[in-house]
Amino acid sequence: MALLEVENLRTYFYTLRGVVKAVDGVSFELEKGETLGIVGESGCGKSTLAWSLLRLVPPPGRIVGGQIRIDGKDIVGMSESEVRREIRWKRISMIFQGAMNALNPVYTVGDQIIEPLLLHTNMTKQEALERARELIEAVGLAPSILERYPHELSGGQKQRVVIAMALALKPDIVIADEPTTALDVVVQAQILNLMKKLHQEEKMSIILITHDLGVVTELSEKIAVMYAGKIVEFGRAEDIFENPLHPYTKALIRAVPRLKGDIHKLEYIPGTPPDLRSPPPGCRFAPRCPRRFEPCDKEEPPIIEYSKGHYVACWLYTKR
Amino acid sequence: MSHAYRVELGEEILRVQDLKVWFPIKRDISDILLRKPQLYVHAVDGVSFNIRKREIFCLVGESGCGKTTTGKALLRLVPVHSGKAFFKPRKETLEILDAMGVKSENGFVELFGLKDSQFRPLRREIQMIYQDPYGSLNPRFRIKDVLEEVLLVHKIGSTKEERLEIIAKALEMVKLTPVEEFIDRYPHQLSGGQRQRVAIARAIIGNPSLIIADEPVSMLDVSIRAEILEVLLNLRTLLDVSFIFITHDLAVARYICDRIAVMYLGKIVELGDAREVIADPLHPYTEALIAAIPDPDPANRLKFRDLKIKGEVPNAVFIPPGCRFHPRCIYYEQHKETDKELEQLCPVVEPPLSEVKPERYVSCYRYPSIREIVKSGLPTVNKKE
Ligand SMILES: Nc1ncnc2c1ncn2[C@@H]1O[C@H](COP(=O)(O)OP(=O)(O)OP(=O)(O)O)[C@@H](O)[C@H]1O
Ligand SMILES: Nc1ncnc2c1ncn2[C@@H]1O[C@H](COP(=O)(O)OP(=O)(O)O)[C@@H](O)[C@H]1O
Ligand code: SF4
Ligand code: SF4
Ligand SMILES: [Mg+2]
Ligand SMILES: [Mg+2]
Repeated sequence: MALLEVENLRTYFYTLRGVVKAVDGVSFELEKGETLGIVGESGCGKSTLAWSLLRLVPPPGRIVGGQIRIDGKDIVGMSESEVRREIRWKRISMIFQGAMNALNPVYTVGDQIIEPLLLHTNMTKQEALERARELIEAVGLAPSILERYPHELSGGQKQRVVIAMALALKPDIVIADEPTTALDVVVQAQILNLMKKLHQEEKMSIILITHDLGVVTELSEKIAVMYAGKIVEFGRAEDIFENPLHPYTKALIRAVPRLKGDIHKLEYIPGTPPDLRSPPPGCRFAPRCPRRFEPCDKEEPPIIEYSKGHYVACWLYTKR
Repeated sequence: MSHAYRVELGEEILRVQDLKVWFPIKRDISDILLRKPQLYVHAVDGVSFNIRKREIFCLVGESGCGKTTTGKALLRLVPVHSGKAFFKPRKETLEILDAMGVKSENGFVELFGLKDSQFRPLRREIQMIYQDPYGSLNPRFRIKDVLEEVLLVHKIGSTKEERLEIIAKALEMVKLTPVEEFIDRYPHQLSGGQRQRVAIARAIIGNPSLIIADEPVSMLDVSIRAEILEVLLNLRTLLDVSFIFITHDLAVARYICDRIAVMYLGKIVELGDAREVIADPLHPYTEALIAAIPDPDPANRLKFRDLKIKGEVPNAVFIPPGCRFHPRCIYYEQHKETDKELEQLCPVVEPPLSEVKPERYVSCYRYPSIREIVKSGLPTVNKKE
């Protein structure tokens, strides 16, 4: 049994202008100590998936189907109080997209780190402060940072603080949603090094969400490629980059310029991702797919295991 | 290494000399009473470069290093502290300027010395494309209106029909086709990539000779980015236009640019052929930047990235003395014990940007020729024009 099992998860937003099927039948597993990268374009449902895993989907959204099992125990059906007591921040925590800019400006860093400790554990303030000091050192900062206010910190320092907060209750799984997107490359590399260290030394399981194919390979043993609310390909990082199967994955890889090697013409994917209120009936990538053929518009391709551990949802690989 | 997009470059059209843009920091009343000196953000602190016709010239560097401010200075959108920018407009524009009594030399006019009214004809020739495809278009204007506005401002096209024709041509160039389908849409009815193409169409519709593109693809998804880069690459031969392309993404710079200038804290520290600079960086800062970039390769997950740089970017108010990079320079740290001259130079005297290999400019005392320049007290600019 894997540490985390997600099965046919569906999370929809019930907006006035229609139902946005942001996560629509997503399944995957994460083993203890494993790193999983989730890549995909803006709006494909990455953050919604992450919020779902923490049972923190903002209204008008909610999980409408499927299971999320941690050590075999489903948390979709759990009461909010049980999730708060047993799961959120303790078993699974998250570095929110843009969180470093959402730190509370009127509290010191220290106050913000100890808050969840006081709320969720029986620690005294003294013990919480001691733990905060440990955490701040674990993310490579000096303890004096604890007395500072967010505006006194650089972007990289703020992001380290946010990571420390996600680690506060020693979760088994940390989700990092675009943790380096707003940072310069040097700082990005420092943050990624830190996450690698935490993964290796603490055996932490990490789900790294990013739109950047370079960033995803820095950390991920496995990669899930999302398109329009679905995982279209899943496999070891080597499978995805050396033997991509799905036409979308292939196109994505050929669309990024490289720092080394020959410069060949970049390819781009014509058109744009579908409106998730009314996705196309068959394969969601069909309107943009260069390989589209007869079944694609009619029926959705099932996800199949093409080779061991390498999954793809595309009619090209499915015998009908 | 050959590149499919390399084109024949023309004559020089822009020469920027020692540009400085300093923003005064607001002082409160107590600072004034205590007679504290006025402090400045040295956003751009002595930048020189030149651009040729059809060239795509990149400014790269971390956020805050002065890329955008350099671009804005050329459009006179920020107050210039000192420096000169000689620009060669097209013949028609030069004639207009001539009639206004603007002095020119060999077809070049100096941008910062012009009155506002004298600069106005040049606005058509120097255009800017902004980073944010969402914020840069007026939401109440249809595409047609966005583009027609530019034509009206610059008095291009005498009839409505003529203007529509020009608009259609611009939209075709940025591949927003079929034109009929897009021309009446509002920005919110377009994707990010399509909006950015409208912004490009707006920049090219007046037939500019220089476009300053400030991070034009960084807010776009990868799948659309390539398409916009393609559109820009095609424009330079279609329109004979040059670009200042601002980006923090060196892989994009390598793909699209002829030359790149790497900026650090308001100064160019390295300048040269884009492919060569990235394959073989000469300045320790360029080296550090390149070493930090994650290239998509699953093997990377098994190793920690070796960061060839210390600390963080200092505040642009208090620029370190000597080489402004020295507090972060690993080369300096590793060699100052054995190479005493470095210790006398790096923290003390600013290294000039000079040519150390053909067409490769760098400002670093690692290169003996640069030490020689400083030691012999020669003028700090060593470019052959
Ligand atoms: N609060 C909300 N109300 C309605 N729709 C929403 C809400 N939040 C997200 N959505 C929609 O759900 C879909 C998925 O959004 P999500 O934020 O998960 O994308 P993402 O993959 O994280 O994108 P990005 O890379 O831009 O962060 C989008 O169509 C989005 O517009
Ligand atoms: N209008 C302004 N007033 C004061 N400081 C500014 C202004 N614009 C830019 N700066 C400062 O100038 C420096 C360079 O900024 P910018 O040119 O925007 O950098 P880049 O485009 O390379 O990210 C930064 O320190 C920035 O904070
Ligand atoms: S199922 Fe058809 S349309 Fe979809 S990705 Fe495969 S080939 Fe393309
Ligand atoms: S001049 Fe000295 S401090 Fe500056 S980059 Fe070169 S070696 Fe480093
Ligand atoms: Mg997101
Ligand atoms: Mg900028």
